[in-house]
Amino acid sequence: MKYRAVIDVQLHPGIADPQGSTIERALPTLGFDSLSNVRAGKSIHLDIEADDEATARERLEQACETFLTNPVIEAASITLTEAS
Amino acid sequence: MSTVGVVRFPGTNCEFDTVEAIAGLGGSAEILWHEDTDLSGVDAVVIAGGFAHGDYLRPGAIARFSPIMTSVADAAKSGMPVVGICNGFQVLTEAGLLPGALQKNRGLTFINEFQAIRVESTNSALTGAATEGQELDIPINHFEGNYTCDDATLASLRDNDQIVLTYVDNPNGSVGDIAGVCNDARNVVGLMPHPERASHALLGSEDGNVLLRGLLEAI
Repeated sequence: MKYRAVIDVQLHPGIADPQGSTIERALPTLGFDSLSNVRAGKSIHLDIEADDEATARERLEQACETFLTNPVIEAASITLTEAS
Repeated sequence: MSTVGVVRFPGTNCEFDTVEAIAGLGGSAEILWHEDTDLSGVDAVVIAGGFAHGDYLRPGAIARFSPIMTSVADAAKSGMPVVGICNGFQVLTEAGLLPGALQKNRGLTFINEFQAIRVESTNSALTGAATEGQELDIPINHFEGNYTCDDATLASLRDNDQIVLTYVDNPNGSVGDIAGVCNDARNVVGLMPHPERASHALLGSEDGNVLLRGLLEAI
């Protein structure tokens, strides 16, 4: 099976996010009020071949742990959909 | 004579300055390519500054998988002095050889300026020739030098005297004003300031030499 993976990488809660805070400070100056708790992460999209979704997820979790994230400061959430 | 190996990844740009600064102190240094795995010819390793592998994904994230890093990790475990300067510090944290991580600077600015750096501990492979409390005028040159770690790690760094250098006037948001840390065994040291860029009066400061001399003396 082929799956499309969207990996959302965000800093752990509590780790300061200079990018998020800068965006948050800029928003009101552009007239966008009542927006708060801005956190800026990154999104990695890829295709993966695996026998089933659980296997695909397991392999991606390993990739996140060893390479795609720095577990000291970041965590990933993985969304999988069957690719056509 | 003992020799310092200075690691060069694709994108490293401070390796020759580092070799020059070490030679200026009467030391011997040679460049090591990141695909080399043989460290038998060197007695210490410096991972120099720059943008190893383009800093893609995260600074140091790809560099830590370069072939030389397995040898560097083995050498570090056996007690060889290993120093990471700037991007080299980022590589060593990504490789798990030093605690914590380097984040984007507070204020999201690339900072290139001299900083007053305080020596907090002289018990490391880099700071042995300095005196505790000494202030050094050394430049920083980075976008991602904002040292971060969880509270437990920070407490253990403090308890074990592993914070070796701090900023007098924190420029980038680093927790605990941290500019440099060492590992438990004190032979692996990472710092964001560039001692090799403060190694001659013509560069505006010679204060980096006391650190590089400390490294040569640690061999």
